[in-house]
Amino acid sequence: MQEKNVPLIQTIDLRKLFKLKGGVMLHAVDGINIEIASGETLGVVGESGCGKSTVGRLILRLIEPTSGQVLYDGQDISKFRGRQARDMRRNMQIIFQDPYSSIDPRMSVIELIAEYLFIHRVFKNKIETFNRAAELMDMVGLARRYANSYPHELDGGRRQRIGIARALSLDPKFIICDEPVSALDVSIQAQILNLLMDLQEEFKLTYMFVTHDLSVVKHISDKIMVMYLGQCVEIAAFDELFENPLHPYTNALLAAIPEPDLSRRNKEMKVIRGEVVSPINVKPGCRFAARCDDCVETCRERDPELIETSNGHFVACFKLKR
Amino acid sequence: MLENNGGILLNIEDLKVVYKTDLETVEAVNGISLTVMKGRTLGLVGETGAGKTTTALSILRLLPSTTGRIERGKIEFNGQDLLKLDENMMRVIRGNQIAMVFQDPMTSLNPVMTVGDQIAEAIELHNGKMPHEEVNRRVENILQMVGIMPQRRFEYPHQFSGGMKQRVVIAIALSCEPELLIADEPTTALDVTIQAQVLNMIKDLRDRLGTAMLLITHDLGIVAQICDDVAVMYAGEIIETGTVEDIFIGDWRHPYTAGLFNSLPDLRSQATRLKPIPGLMPDPSNLPNGCVFAPRCGNRMDICEKEHPKTVQKAQHRLSCHLYATGENPRRRDVT
Repeated sequence: MQEKNVPLIQTIDLRKLFKLKGGVMLHAVDGINIEIASGETLGVVGESGCGKSTVGRLILRLIEPTSGQVLYDGQDISKFRGRQARDMRRNMQIIFQDPYSSIDPRMSVIELIAEYLFIHRVFKNKIETFNRAAELMDMVGLARRYANSYPHELDGGRRQRIGIARALSLDPKFIICDEPVSALDVSIQAQILNLLMDLQEEFKLTYMFVTHDLSVVKHISDKIMVMYLGQCVEIAAFDELFENPLHPYTNALLAAIPEPDLSRRNKEMKVIRGEVVSPINVKPGCRFAARCDDCVETCRERDPELIETSNGHFVACFKLKR
Repeated sequence: MLENNGGILLNIEDLKVVYKTDLETVEAVNGISLTVMKGRTLGLVGETGAGKTTTALSILRLLPSTTGRIERGKIEFNGQDLLKLDENMMRVIRGNQIAMVFQDPMTSLNPVMTVGDQIAEAIELHNGKMPHEEVNRRVENILQMVGIMPQRRFEYPHQFSGGMKQRVVIAIALSCEPELLIADEPTTALDVTIQAQVLNMIKDLRDRLGTAMLLITHDLGIVAQICDDVAVMYAGEIIETGTVEDIFIGDWRHPYTAGLFNSLPDLRSQATRLKPIPGLMPDPSNLPNGCVFAPRCGNRMDICEKEHPKTVQKAQHRLSCHLYATGENPRRRDVT
């Protein structure tokens, strides 16, 4: 975590505001600073609408940030044009939540996996390209007999394997996994998580793992960032975050997970009140203040800053200063 | 199951449901039997395609009429076989005595009716000549009960958030005080903090109204928190059933149930690698001959591929597995 060399991915005060009808601004991502060292996994957790997917998309430049920078290996990727931008894209890939809506239903499995290889003209001829695609199928555990099947013939787990094979096809260094297992059943979910971890080890991949599921993220991440309404409220190493969660929102998230354990059955689930407020024209002050039990005057007046409480553990909450 | 809180409310025996199309016959539910006791909550657990929703739809006789067919079996509700009733009789039961909450609140609400009118509709349908003021009063009471300000009854579903919409759906389901509530993955579409709110509310209302519940879910965490009894479904069969204690901490455990527990990412353990169940659920149009779980089972024996396992029983705990066929208890640790 505390490498002295340049992190593979770094964002500096990344911000994305969407302009809505009537000139109001939706604060999707509001000043995110992250660093992901090579070979590490950063887990990004939050509820729907907290901007976690938007962060992923900004890093890949699938959408342009309103302000702030994304550095890949120390270089600002927003300045990349033409060939440079294309080469950058080879190194950064994404796996989507719903593999079915992210692939062309009229292409066969092998064509889908070979698609990026053709686009980037990696090989000189078709035979080499399809050979590589077949290797990728082995790598992600798709039997070769499915090569000529179409995605609708496959189940969700296999479709997600196509998505993973596609992301891997260009030998990327960095992959954003945007809720890759939330549409899958538990037994299949575990298979895909294991696959992602094996691939990371084999190819020294760096992941940003976006999900709403804390128990999944714990298994795969080195560092975890908790987001709430476009801002980072807490970031820490995975074991530290679970053993010593400091932000009230992180605590609430942890308490809300129903655990498959009878001993906690008759304890009242600790529930935070209210719902995520709208990210449109947000008022100053802590975004979580309206749902927080420990909320004081200051919380509604100023934005809390991320402060380091212990090595690598950052929390944005006034409670800790008091 | 036991004589807790008096009497059997719903008793399903040897139910078999198939979906027939020109091309194939899908055996969605294969001779299942289950019981919901009055005032208790049964969790029906299983993965996608296990036949959980088909079971629920069969109870209400809401299977798609062109393809779905109940081939045999009995569904007794308060001693009355629902499969023998005509459509008019069923209508009296639906909503009034058995209500259902679906997974996706957006698609189960009418987007062009205010939520108040939608709740009122259910009350009026089942209470013929109730005066208007009385209906209104009940709508407001119910909204309050599920934690929505009564003033919001004039709003439309799109003005509500996902969690609030699910509260409205639950309000409609409870509006006629049914004896049985079937909830099909009621919180799957919601965020965790909202899920916790809705689960707490369901738990609270269930205890207050004494409603029995059939809760369909794939989340063992939810089962542990609110169910009294559990039935685990796999490929159209109930492979294990018992009280929550039987399933979570009992001596016997079906290899599939064990696999489900192992594939859960555990918040407390430090292990990084998960232990998934290898392979996939069999194609329901082409089920294996012997035990349906045999192709994926780590404890497979020769007999498993040939013979369908019989059900063995210990108190309320029943399971179908050749490992336990002799009634002996293989050491828990051996079951993977």
